[in-house]
Amino acid sequence: MSTTTTIEPPRAATENPLSRLSAEQLRAIGEELDAIRDRTMADLGERDRRYIESMIAMHRRLATLGRALLLASHRRSARIAGTAALSAAKILENMEIGHNVMHGQWDWMNDPQIHSTTWDWDNVSPAEAWKHSHNYEHHTFTNIRGKDRDLGYEIMRIDPEQKWRPVYLLQPVYNLLLAGFFEWGVALHDLNFEAIERGEKSKGKVREELRAIGGKVKSQVLKDYVAWPLLSGLAGALTGGRRRGRQSFLATAKADATANLVRNAWAYAIIFCGHFPDQTYTFSEDEVAEETRGGWYVRQLLGSANIEGSPLFHVASGNLGYQVEHHLFPDMPSSRYAEVAPQVKDICERYGLPYNSGPLGRQLGMVQRSILRLAFPGGKPKAKPAPYRAGGG
Amino acid sequence: MAETGTVPNVPTPRRRLLGAMRTLFTPLLPDDYLELINPLWSTRELRGRIERISPEADGAVSILIRPGFEWPGHLPGQYLRIGVVVNGVHHWRAYSLTTEPGRADGCIGITPKLVPTGVVSPHLTQRARPGDVVRLGGVEGTFVLPSPAPRRLLLISAGSGITPIVAMLRSLDRDGALDDVVHVHSARTAEAVIFSERLAEIEARRPGLRLHLQRTAEQGRLAPADLERICPDWRERDAFASGPGEMLDALGDHWRSEADSARLAVERFQPTVGAGGATAAGGRVRFLRSGIEAECAGHTPILAAGESEGACLPFGCRMGICHTCVGRLRAGAVRDLRTGEVHETPNEMVRTCVNAPEGEIEIEL
Repeated sequence: MSTTTTIEPPRAATENPLSRLSAEQLRAIGEELDAIRDRTMADLGERDRRYIESMIAMHRRLATLGRALLLASHRRSARIAGTAALSAAKILENMEIGHNVMHGQWDWMNDPQIHSTTWDWDNVSPAEAWKHSHNYEHHTFTNIRGKDRDLGYEIMRIDPEQKWRPVYLLQPVYNLLLAGFFEWGVALHDLNFEAIERGEKSKGKVREELRAIGGKVKSQVLKDYVAWPLLSGLAGALTGGRRRGRQSFLATAKADATANLVRNAWAYAIIFCGHFPDQTYTFSEDEVAEETRGGWYVRQLLGSANIEGSPLFHVASGNLGYQVEHHLFPDMPSSRYAEVAPQVKDICERYGLPYNSGPLGRQLGMVQRSILRLAFPGGKPKAKPAPYRAGGG
Repeated sequence: MAETGTVPNVPTPRRRLLGAMRTLFTPLLPDDYLELINPLWSTRELRGRIERISPEADGAVSILIRPGFEWPGHLPGQYLRIGVVVNGVHHWRAYSLTTEPGRADGCIGITPKLVPTGVVSPHLTQRARPGDVVRLGGVEGTFVLPSPAPRRLLLISAGSGITPIVAMLRSLDRDGALDDVVHVHSARTAEAVIFSERLAEIEARRPGLRLHLQRTAEQGRLAPADLERICPDWRERDAFASGPGEMLDALGDHWRSEADSARLAVERFQPTVGAGGATAAGGRVRFLRSGIEAECAGHTPILAAGESEGACLPFGCRMGICHTCVGRLRAGAVRDLRTGEVHETPNEMVRTCVNAPEGEIEIEL
């Protein structure tokens, strides 16, 4: 089902729909979106609990299946199936479970285990640091140039309004590296090097955060590259002698590395499509001075872009295909985004706002093109979508 | 973090083995996988399976629970925090244990009574089924029989206040220590007496137990002065009373003026915090980590009130979305300034940026 959009000729870079809306309209939009949120949150119950529990159970089954298959990793079929199952498990765990639980989406269940304050994920980025840089910084200051550190992650020029620096010439290269090693990039990003340089973070705090990353790195590496490969090696040695043992050890280590790589590349693709496609707007600090609740909502709406796909795609992407809904309601359970999307579109239509969306290939293509183009000086803001119309008219 | 069950008594070799396996499952625990096979195997919180549910009088049910690990034990009269999931949400309530400690079958029992407007009691009395898994919190309460039990006892109860008293009677019965016990119980009618058959059965077997039933619909409420008639030597007995606040207040006054008040122990059921108007009532906030106290107006978030007193509190978006500012509510109630909803569950995590106090509160921050 195609939902968007006719492309209008580019307007002046500074003009965005936010400036077209009156204070009264912003207030009304804020109230309508608050009402959607309240209705949905009041309706949460057993069905939602069953959903997240089934996702968690599925992750654990997939992980068990993958690890078990890799005990026989000297066999090609077991190696391939095991790598696939483990990759799927890691994607599910990071995207639909970890990201969303750590957002507090499931805190309403008051469950001591499925809770933002206790959850940790299968990722080298420590939960606490991520919650600060992502939940607070990124979700509060979304797409404000100079305040949202996720806008290009401090190392990339992703918006023509960002000042060009020679180092950006290298961004096509480290873009690829980031795709493969995304979790490591996230862990380092959470440290906030700029704040460290500016002296805003005490040495003690930096040490503490480094220790936290070190702890996560150690346990992740031990698990994926020592403990499970050793078990495979042992299983191989017991069934086929030393040679097979060595072969299995290496095969499992390689399979684990592949699963991490697949998970990283997938997370990178989904997350880069959240705010960097051409349709999204960025904002100067002046534009959002004295922002109201309604203004905050509209900024989230204009600064995010959805990805269209099947229900399976949405689960695999942690429902970040509903990036717009996620940014409007970051602590609403992800399973409800599909349900509120039509209501959000309706608001867009009535207030003449765009509803940014597109298939994965197109969105990712735009992002990659921007990364290549903006490695060099210059570049113009891209054409922005027209207001949303039901039926794509 | 949300409220959780007590840590079970796991045999040491099993705990060691699970600990050694952690490397393979980090950041999860082996528990996270084993719980999918059997939720009772959790070694981080004690859980139990409902074995039997039997109806009692007056809308109460007796629920027999088999803990997943060896029951750490309790004293007769103590209560247990129990966690159940109702419509997707974990709720915790405290119920007196109605079984004697150290039962041969290893089970424990509670006897909740239906409160039609409640959340947990309708679930336990009407919807719970044998086989359901519940979370078991710590055993608490100082309303207990001393050990060894005093020879001459006076037990006074009313309505569902009988539950801790029954645990005491069962324990004394099992130990053969029902030498000279008078139990005075009030209920609307004889039919409304919870445990009436079991009490009659014990009384028939144990000449040392004498029951007096006050049928309030017919005879009126028990007045403390009635004790002269029902149990003339009441002053010479160790007394234990459990029931509504009014009855306990009256008994307390009576013991203070007429006898040795140190010989009366009472069990009060937790008072319910009254819901206020549309905005919060406001009140004094005590931040337990820093010890800072702040007066907080009904329209001011706890976070803002704390900061104005110089408390260094975690904060994030200040609009209720990022959950950076959460603190554990140790005492009192708070009202969500966005929704008007009141949270008063002890140990609940609350967002200080969008909640204001409903009266005096303590928060772990």
